[in-house]
Amino acid sequence: MNGKPYAITLDVGSSLANKTGNWRTERAVYVDRMPPCNDACPAGENIQAWLYEAEDGNGGYERAWRKLMEDNPLPAIMGRVCYHPCETACNRAQLDEGVGIHAVERFIGDEAIRHGWRVEVEAEPSGKRVLVVGAGPSGLSAAYHLALLGHAVTIYEAGPMAGGMMRFGIPQYRLPRDVLDAEVQRILDLGIGLELNRKVENAEEEMREGGFDAAFLAVGAHIGRRAYVPAGEAERILDAVSLLESMEGEERPRLGRRVAVYGGGDTAMDAARTARRLGATDAVVVYRRTRDRMPAHEFEVEEAAQEGVKMKWLSTVKRFEQGRLVLERMELDESGFPQPTGEVEELATDSLVLALGQEADLSLLEGVAGIEVADGVVQVGPNMMTGHAGIFAGGDMVPAERTVTVGVGHGKRAARNIDGWLRGEPHEPGPRHRLADFDSLNTWYYSDAPRAEQPRLEAARRASSFAEVVGGLDADNALYEARRCLSCGNCFSCDNCYGVCPDNAVIKLGAPGERYEIDLDFCKGCGLCVAECPCGAIEMVPEEV
Amino acid sequence: MAGQKVKLYQAGTFVVGNRLLEPGERTVQARMDRSNSLTSGHRACQGCGEALGARYVLDAAMRATDGKLIAANATGCLEVFSTPFPESSWQLPWVHSLFGNAPAVASGVAAALRVKGREDVRVIGQGGDGGTVDIGFGCLSGMFERGDDVFFVCYDNEAYMNTGVQRSGATPPAARTANTKPIGEHPGNAFGQGKDMPRIAIAHGIPYVATATVADLHDLERKVERAMELHGPRYLHLFVPCPLGWGAQARDTIKIARLVRETGLFPVFEAEHGEVTSVAKIRRRVPVEEYLRPQRRYAHLFGEHGHPEIVARLQAMADENIRRYGLLR
Repeated sequence: MNGKPYAITLDVGSSLANKTGNWRTERAVYVDRMPPCNDACPAGENIQAWLYEAEDGNGGYERAWRKLMEDNPLPAIMGRVCYHPCETACNRAQLDEGVGIHAVERFIGDEAIRHGWRVEVEAEPSGKRVLVVGAGPSGLSAAYHLALLGHAVTIYEAGPMAGGMMRFGIPQYRLPRDVLDAEVQRILDLGIGLELNRKVENAEEEMREGGFDAAFLAVGAHIGRRAYVPAGEAERILDAVSLLESMEGEERPRLGRRVAVYGGGDTAMDAARTARRLGATDAVVVYRRTRDRMPAHEFEVEEAAQEGVKMKWLSTVKRFEQGRLVLERMELDESGFPQPTGEVEELATDSLVLALGQEADLSLLEGVAGIEVADGVVQVGPNMMTGHAGIFAGGDMVPAERTVTVGVGHGKRAARNIDGWLRGEPHEPGPRHRLADFDSLNTWYYSDAPRAEQPRLEAARRASSFAEVVGGLDADNALYEARRCLSCGNCFSCDNCYGVCPDNAVIKLGAPGERYEIDLDFCKGCGLCVAECPCGAIEMVPEEV
Repeated sequence: MAGQKVKLYQAGTFVVGNRLLEPGERTVQARMDRSNSLTSGHRACQGCGEALGARYVLDAAMRATDGKLIAANATGCLEVFSTPFPESSWQLPWVHSLFGNAPAVASGVAAALRVKGREDVRVIGQGGDGGTVDIGFGCLSGMFERGDDVFFVCYDNEAYMNTGVQRSGATPPAARTANTKPIGEHPGNAFGQGKDMPRIAIAHGIPYVATATVADLHDLERKVERAMELHGPRYLHLFVPCPLGWGAQARDTIKIARLVRETGLFPVFEAEHGEVTSVAKIRRRVPVEEYLRPQRRYAHLFGEHGHPEIVARLQAMADENIRRYGLLR
């Protein structure tokens, strides 16, 4: 009748006419979350992003390095000396072990030095001049970022070489000087002026005389804190900072065979380990509390012990006379504070090294209007500016944890704020994404993979050598370690969402990296893509009804 | 570990795609040119495991046959939600006749193709567990026995979902359905009944029998590919969770399919000519309780008036599967 076959009354249609999207009460939305590593990084590195590039291996390493260099100009150094809070925060630590981020960073940093990768200044010259005081990690970081932003930068450094605490505080067995030199030079090659042995007496005057538009101060904290120890005139007492600093000179310091180090921080460990390498048969760390209360990092204490450094817990130094150190035994009271017991013991000692913390020399700010100093450090705002307009400060001379990485982070933050201040457009940091916590992951999808360990120099060889203790990963292991990354909170193109949608309502936009889109005409809002996204990069959002 | 090269690809083959693998090592579902054999607009519930499973199977088979594929479908959810007259979601020649005769229809299509000399065109028969293990059982067994060149796929969601969640021969013990109420001394479906269809298929000595779940796509696609390499009767029993019938969250469909394998309740294996040739080992073994709890069809086993003795019997079934198929690494 109608020209159709028997019993057929309608033309064949497609179910595409049936827009099932109107069933939905929630929709899936792609998000980027803050991976815990990035969140924990004092230098503000986008770790997940550079690991993502490194996961490709080969050409990916250079892309990873360039990504890294957006935030931190010292990857090879960082991979060696950073205490890597990123790895403590790493979600993979809850699965097996945290990703060895520092080891991959070191590998990438070393690759860059090996291949001579460089960055170029692409910004137009701003016509502004910025003074950086101090060529330590913070000053170098600030100078680097300022130069990339188009400013003319000059560094005044009081010491004879650039590097600050990286050179005069961190022993060579942790940071070989060729690595330090290579990364510092790469920064200076951006056209940054460096004047050595140039101590700034008054920051304000220097700025005026040099015609600088802004200044970033990062003079560090180089003065070893002294404690009064009653001692005979012949006894040798020195502070750890001076000891480590003198290691860079021509002449090796003489400490004798029996060396006591007083203090419980990383510097105390560095001093004791250095003493061992200088030939001390007995290197004893004297600390007034217990190991669990020691501020030194676990691995420093462990490596020191492997090298034969002895620890004397719950002890204070009473006096030092005729080659004998008199120690008093302490007891922790209920609040964990050490209290004297009156019991004493003696320790045959040739020299005593004090590692009781460091103070900043703030004389360059004396008389500068608006500067506020509290607890021996300069107060700065969230933009790193002091109370004096145009003078910014960072690193160990401002209130913060004193690490290389924190210094590098300060340098970056200060540079961006100085740039904003100079241009009259205050720097606004982008919005922070919500944290990608462990519960937002679907860890089923990740391959089982224990952490790759870095080789370590045999303990027997360490006592006589300043060779680097911890070795780097080889290319295979570095790639393996990078691929242990869970890519928390950021799509890594696994195609799961595209695959698991029962309604074909996920559109794949292209090659890996080009991501996906939800087809809202057909998405029924089941949430399967969210549940099966390994890295928590999709979430359900209620529809407005 | 010294000197040993460890290959690691982040998420390996657990995920659908994975940019670190060669394109050929990724699944058919990861391809932008997949055929979407069951396309959008179908009326399956949110999170339907059967809709997902059907697309997985047919896309893989379409790729394996270069698009020369005909499907015969039994009555059931899959047929109803995909073809409300006059709309169709199917992107391949597709025929539906009756509830119980899909294997016979498929056999007939295969016979017609043989007569026409179209040996390049392949045939799939498909249905739910009701259409396969109960109503179509005789037709299926005959198809096996005659050696017809059909790949038959059972999408097993463990009850008659289309008609309102009634018990089938594939409903597991203790599960609540519309006619196995969670009441009395032996709540839910009875123990000791039902049919183990994959083993029955193996007993026919046909060229290929496999089981799979929608949670392991690489495994599933490999099995479909293998089936399409062979001729004669082949059978795939695919575990497809039903959020509505099982009282589970729509988003948990794949999770539940993953858990059923990890408990051992649903052994994943393949067999050729009557012999089991490979099993998918359990990766992270979990107690059955972890699989049962997210499903309201088992809710009566837990809580104040729960039945730990029934949970223990289900655990014993899982343990027996683990022993029989050697599911542990």
